[in-house]
Amino acid sequence: MDKPFAITLGAGGSQANKTGAWRTERPVYLDRLPPCNDACPAGENIQRWLALAEEPSYEAAWREIMRDNPFPAITGRVCYRPCESACNRGKLDEAVGINAVERFLGDEAIAHGWMVPATAGPSGKGVLVVGAGPAGLSAAYHLTLLGHAVTVMDSGPAPGGMMRFGIPRYRLPRDVLDAEIQRVLDMGVALELGRTVTDLAGAMRGFDAAFLAVGAHIGRRAFIPAGDSARILDAVSVLRGMEDASAPLLGRRVVVYGGGDTAMDAARTARRLGASDAVVVYRRTRDRMPAHDSEVVEAAEEGVRMKWLSTIAYAGGGTVTIERMRLDESGFPQPTGEFEELAADSVVLALGQEADLSLLAGLAGVESEGGVVKVGPDLMTGCPGVFAGGDMVPAERTVTVAVGHGKKAARHIDAWLRGGSHRPPPRHPMAAFDLLNTWYYSDAPASVRPKLDLARRMSTFEEVQGGLEESTALFEARRCLSCGNCFACDNCYGVCPDNAVIELGPGPRYEIDLDFCKGCGLCVSECPAGAITMVPEIT
Amino acid sequence: MLRQLEGSQAVAETVALCRPEVICAYPISPQTHIVEALSRITRAGRLGSCEYVNVESEFAALSACIGASAAGARTYTATASQGLLYMTEALYNASGLGLPIVMTVANRAIGAPINIWNDHSDSMSQRDCGWIQLYAETNQEAADLHVQAYALAEELSLPVMVCMDGFVLTHAFERVDLPSAEQVDAFLPAFEPRQLLDPDDPVSIGAMVGPEAFTEVRFLAHARHLEALERIPAVADRFERAFGRRSGGLVRGYRTGDADTVVLALGSVLGTLQDVVDELRESGAAVGAATLTTFRPFPSEALRALLGGKRKVVVLERAFSTGAGGIVSADVRAALPDAELRTVVAGLGGRPVTKAALHRALTADDPPPLTFLDLDHHLVARELARARARRRPGPSAGNMLRDLAEGG
Amino acid sequence: MPAPRTKFYQVGSFAVGNRLLPPEQRAVQAAPDRGNALTSGHRACRGCGEALGARYAMDAAIRATGGRIVTVNATGCLEVFSTPYPESAWQVPWLHSLFGNAPAVATGVAAALKAKGRTDVRVVAQGGDGGTVDIGFACLSGMFERGDDVLYICYDNQAYMNTGVQRSGATPPAARTATTPLPGNAFGQGKNVPLIAMAHEIPYVATATVADLRDLEDKVRRAMEVRGARYLHILVPCPLGWAAAARDTIRVARLATESGLFPVFEAERGEVTGVTKIRRRVPVDDYLRSQGRYAHLFGDPPRADVIARIQASADRNIRRFGLVD
Repeated sequence: MDKPFAITLGAGGSQANKTGAWRTERPVYLDRLPPCNDACPAGENIQRWLALAEEPSYEAAWREIMRDNPFPAITGRVCYRPCESACNRGKLDEAVGINAVERFLGDEAIAHGWMVPATAGPSGKGVLVVGAGPAGLSAAYHLTLLGHAVTVMDSGPAPGGMMRFGIPRYRLPRDVLDAEIQRVLDMGVALELGRTVTDLAGAMRGFDAAFLAVGAHIGRRAFIPAGDSARILDAVSVLRGMEDASAPLLGRRVVVYGGGDTAMDAARTARRLGASDAVVVYRRTRDRMPAHDSEVVEAAEEGVRMKWLSTIAYAGGGTVTIERMRLDESGFPQPTGEFEELAADSVVLALGQEADLSLLAGLAGVESEGGVVKVGPDLMTGCPGVFAGGDMVPAERTVTVAVGHGKKAARHIDAWLRGGSHRPPPRHPMAAFDLLNTWYYSDAPASVRPKLDLARRMSTFEEVQGGLEESTALFEARRCLSCGNCFACDNCYGVCPDNAVIELGPGPRYEIDLDFCKGCGLCVSECPAGAITMVPEIT
Repeated sequence: MLRQLEGSQAVAETVALCRPEVICAYPISPQTHIVEALSRITRAGRLGSCEYVNVESEFAALSACIGASAAGARTYTATASQGLLYMTEALYNASGLGLPIVMTVANRAIGAPINIWNDHSDSMSQRDCGWIQLYAETNQEAADLHVQAYALAEELSLPVMVCMDGFVLTHAFERVDLPSAEQVDAFLPAFEPRQLLDPDDPVSIGAMVGPEAFTEVRFLAHARHLEALERIPAVADRFERAFGRRSGGLVRGYRTGDADTVVLALGSVLGTLQDVVDELRESGAAVGAATLTTFRPFPSEALRALLGGKRKVVVLERAFSTGAGGIVSADVRAALPDAELRTVVAGLGGRPVTKAALHRALTADDPPPLTFLDLDHHLVARELARARARRRPGPSAGNMLRDLAEGG
Repeated sequence: MPAPRTKFYQVGSFAVGNRLLPPEQRAVQAAPDRGNALTSGHRACRGCGEALGARYAMDAAIRATGGRIVTVNATGCLEVFSTPYPESAWQVPWLHSLFGNAPAVATGVAAALKAKGRTDVRVVAQGGDGGTVDIGFACLSGMFERGDDVLYICYDNQAYMNTGVQRSGATPPAARTATTPLPGNAFGQGKNVPLIAMAHEIPYVATATVADLRDLEDKVRRAMEVRGARYLHILVPCPLGWAAAARDTIRVARLATESGLFPVFEAERGEVTGVTKIRRRVPVDDYLRSQGRYAHLFGDPPRADVIARIQASADRNIRRFGLVD
C-alpha cells in the first residue's frame, strides 16, 4: 500500500536497529557440574543416565552407568548415596531417588542379561589385581575395557571381598552380587581364588603393573577389662562367619561396641540370629556416629537399642558394665564415673578395621602411614607400576569409593602402561542450588521404595529394601532437575523480551542473537537449570 | 428531489446517500437532529450494514472514526461547540494520520458562559488542526458540501469539516433539493483507503516521528492542503456538472465587480448580507459581499483574484481571538495587504445579525478597525469602570446580567 | 559423542517448552514459528516486562485467530519503543492514535470490520496502565458497556513510565514514584480496573502476569473464543520504574502473585470463574525487597507498620479470591 511518509511504517523494520550495541554483558550457555555427579565416588555421570532413563531408554541408561561403575545393582543397594545427599532437589522437596533408579537399571540388566563388550584391541600388557573386592573387580573391569589382560588374585573362597563377607544378605542378596561379578569375569578377567599374595614382587612376575586392593579385614581390637567367661567377638569375624555353613553363636543378649555401619550390621545380624536384645554401645552422641543415618534408623526399626555416651568399662560373664560419658568442649568424651550394668551373652567389637599390609614388605619405595598405604593422586604407591586403592588407602571405606578407586586406578595404570599420563578432564563449575530457578519444576515428591515388613526383617535375611516398579523408577528419573545443564526447556527462548534467543532445533542448545540481545539477563534468571551465565562484554 | 425539510434532516439524508459504513455520534445541541435522523435511517436498514455507534463522548466519537477509517470504512460524525473542543486532540490526530473522516460542525459558541446558540468560535478555534474547513451558506449548500466533502477527503486522504450555523441552518426548514442515490453513487466512488489495517499487508499507522522528519511530515501535510486549493474548485465544478447547481468552491463574490468596499463573511449570514448589499447599492454605495466557503486551506490566491484592488474590505466575523481581534481578518490581511481592512465581530452566542445593525456598521463614519456589532457600550463601560474601581477578580458576566436585570 | 536428542525431564514442568504436552497444548512462545508480533530491534529498556507481555499476548492472539488480528495501541512506552520512525517493530497491523482513546479507536476498528462483514479479523487493543486506568478510562468503560468486539489488554506497570515514573491510578500504596515522593503513594487510593471491568458484566475479564506464560496465553486464547468486550489486565514489571534488576522482571511478577498482592483470576459476566492458586506463598517482604521503589520501607528503622498494611492487603486478596487452599 501507499504508505504516507514517516507516519506509517512497514512491518518489522526495527530489525535494522541492532540493540545488541546496548549490551554491557552477554549471556553464555555453559555446562555446570551437577552436585550428584560431583558427589559420586564412582564418578558416574548420574544426570546423563537419568536423562536416558527418563526417555525411557533403560539399556542406554545402564550402559551410561557402566562407563564408570560395573556394579549398579550392587551400589543401587549398598551405596550410602552421597549423590542424594548432594542432590539439589533435596532442597526443593526431596532428593531424586538416584540410588533406586540405579538399582532398577542394574536389576533390569541382570534380568535381560545385558553385557558390556570389551571392544578395545589387546594392548599386550598384563595387570595383576590383588583382591577381588569392589576396588579390585572395578579395576579389572576397566582395565579389561582398556584392552589389558587382567588376573585377579584373592585369598578368599569366593569373590566380592567385603561385599560378600562384610555386608549382610539382607542388604545385598548374594544372587545379585554373584550376577554382577560374573558379568565382569565373563569379559575375560582371570580370577584366582585362595591366592594370598605375600610376595608381591614375585607375584608380579609376568605382569606389567599391579593394583593392590586387599581391603581392611582385620577387626580393630580394644583393651576391655574382661572376666574369663566373657564372650568377646569382633564384628568383622561375625559378619564373615555369616557366609559359613553355620552361623556364629551370639546368644540372646548381644552388646555391640562401636558406632559405625559395621556395628549396626552386627547388631541387626544378631537380631536376625534370634537375639532378643541387641544393644549398641557408643561413646559419643548419635550425631557423631560414623554410621550412616539410614543404617541407624533401620537398626532401630528392628529393635536394636542404642546406648550413646557410653563406654564398656568391664565385660563379665553375662553382663557388661558401661560408664556414662560426657562430651567436653572439644567434643571428646570424658568419663563421668556413673556406671550401669547390661545383660550380655556376648560382646561384639565393631571398632573399625585394619588393612593387612604385609604383602608390601620388601617393596621398594612403598610407604604406609596410619595403617594405610600412601598413594599419589594417581593412586600409585611409591613403587612405580604398583597402584593401590579401596580400604587399604586413605579414603572413606565404602563399596562405591572402592569402585571409583578401581576406575581411577585403571585409567592411570593404562596411561602408565602406555608411557603417558592420564589427565582427567577439567571440572566444570558447580551447579549450586542457588543457580537454579526451581519455580519451573513441578512439585513431585520422591517415590518411596517398599520395605520388607518388620516381622520378616527380624526373622529372615531377606532383602529389606525393595526395588521400584518401572513406572515409579521412570517418574523418579524425571524428577531430576538437570542441574547446570540445558535440557532444552525453551525458557530462554520464551522469556527474552528482544527475541534474541535462536532455537537451533533438535539438540540441547540455543544461540544468543548478539545483534539484538541487550544483556538484560532474564534468560539467566529464568533458566531452570542454571545453564546460562552472564559474562562482561570485552570493551 | 425538492423537499421542504429541516437543515439537519437534509444533511442526514445526504450523508446517508454517501453510504457511510461507520457513524459515531455523541449528542450535543445543535447537532442532535442530524445524528438522531441518521440513527433512524441506519435503524431502518437504509444504510445496509452501516454501524451506528453511540459513544460516550465526542472524544470517543472521533476516536472511533479514526479507528473505523483506518480499517477502511467511510466514516461520519457530527458535533458542535464544546464537543468539538473535546475532540481537539483527536482532530489533530485524524488529520496527522491522513484519515478521510467527514464531520459536520453545527457551529455554536463556546463557554463559559455556557451558550448553545450559534457563532463560529468552535470551528475557528480548530483552524490549525489540519482539517479542511468548509462553511455552508444555506442548507442546500450544507447538504451538497457533504457529498463534495467525501469526494475531497478520500481523494486527498484528509479529514473534512463541514461547518453549518447551528439553529440558523440546522433547525431551519427550507426547500432543499436532495440528490438521488444514483446521482451520488455516480459522483462518489467507493472508498479506497490510502492506508489500511490489513492482516494480509500489516503496516504500523501512527509511528512516532522525531525532529529528523517531523518538519517534513508537517510540510507534506501543508502541501496536501495546497493541493486541496486546486481540488476543491475542481470537485465543485464536477458537482455542478453532475447535479446542475453550484455549491462549494473556495470563495464567492456577490456584486463585487465594481465594488469599492466588500464585506467578507462565512456561513449563513451571507443571506442577510446580500440583502444589506442590495439596499446599500440602492443608496449608491459601491458595496459587495463575499463568502469564504473554504477557510482551511485558506484560499489566498482565489481571494486576491476576487478582491485584489478593492479599497476597503470589511471582515464580518462570528468569532474573534480574545485580546487580538479578528481571526479570519488576519488571514485576509495577509492575502490583501493593500486593502483597508476592518473587522466587525457579529452574532456572538446567537445574537441576531440584523440588517439594521449591518447598515449601521457599514455606514459608520471612521469606524475603528475592530468593532462589535450591537455591543451594549453603556453596559460594558459601566462594568469596566466598576471593575477598575473594585479591582477584584470575579465573574463580570454575573455583574452584567444583574445590571441588565436592574434595567441597566 | 553426538548430543542426545532434546529431552524433557520434569513431569509437567512449568517451563515454556514442555514437550510432554501434545503440540496443541504447548506454549505459543515455544514454537519455532511463533508470530513474534513484536520483533527484535524495538527500543524497550533491558528486561522490559511490557515488551515481553505484549509479545506473549499478541502471539497468542495470532495463534488463536490464525493471524487475523489488527491492533490498536495507546500512547505510552509500548508505542514509543516499538514505532520510532523509520522502523516499526510490529509485524501485525497496528494503529496508534492517542493516549486516552485506544478503546474508542478499537471500537471504531471493530465497527468498520463488522460493517464490512470481516468477521474473520479480530481487534486487540492495548495500552499501559496510564492509558487504560486513567486517561482512557471513559473510553474503556464505553467500549465495555456497548459490548464492542474488542479484546483490550492493559499492560500494568503501575505508573507513567514513559514520562519518567509518575503516579497513576494503578500505582500501589507506599510505592515511590516521581510524584509520590517519600513516604510513597498513599494508602486507600487507586482503582482496581479488573473488578470495575467485571462490574460491566462483560463476557470475559482476566488478570495475568509475565511470570505465568501458559496462563497468560490460555487467557488470550479464551478471550478470543468469545465475542464482545473482553479485558485482560497483565502485570508487567518495569525495571526502570520499579528500580528492580532487569534480570528480575519475571521473578518480581512471580513474587507479586505468590505474595497475594496481585491476584490472578478470570471472570465471566461479572462472576469469578477461576483463580490461579498461590503455589509457594511468600510474605510481601520478598516482593517489596525486590524493588527499589519500596526501599524506604527497609531503612533504619524499617517501616514494619507500612509493610504490615501491605501484607494485610495481600491477605485480603488471598481471602477474597481464595488464592490459598
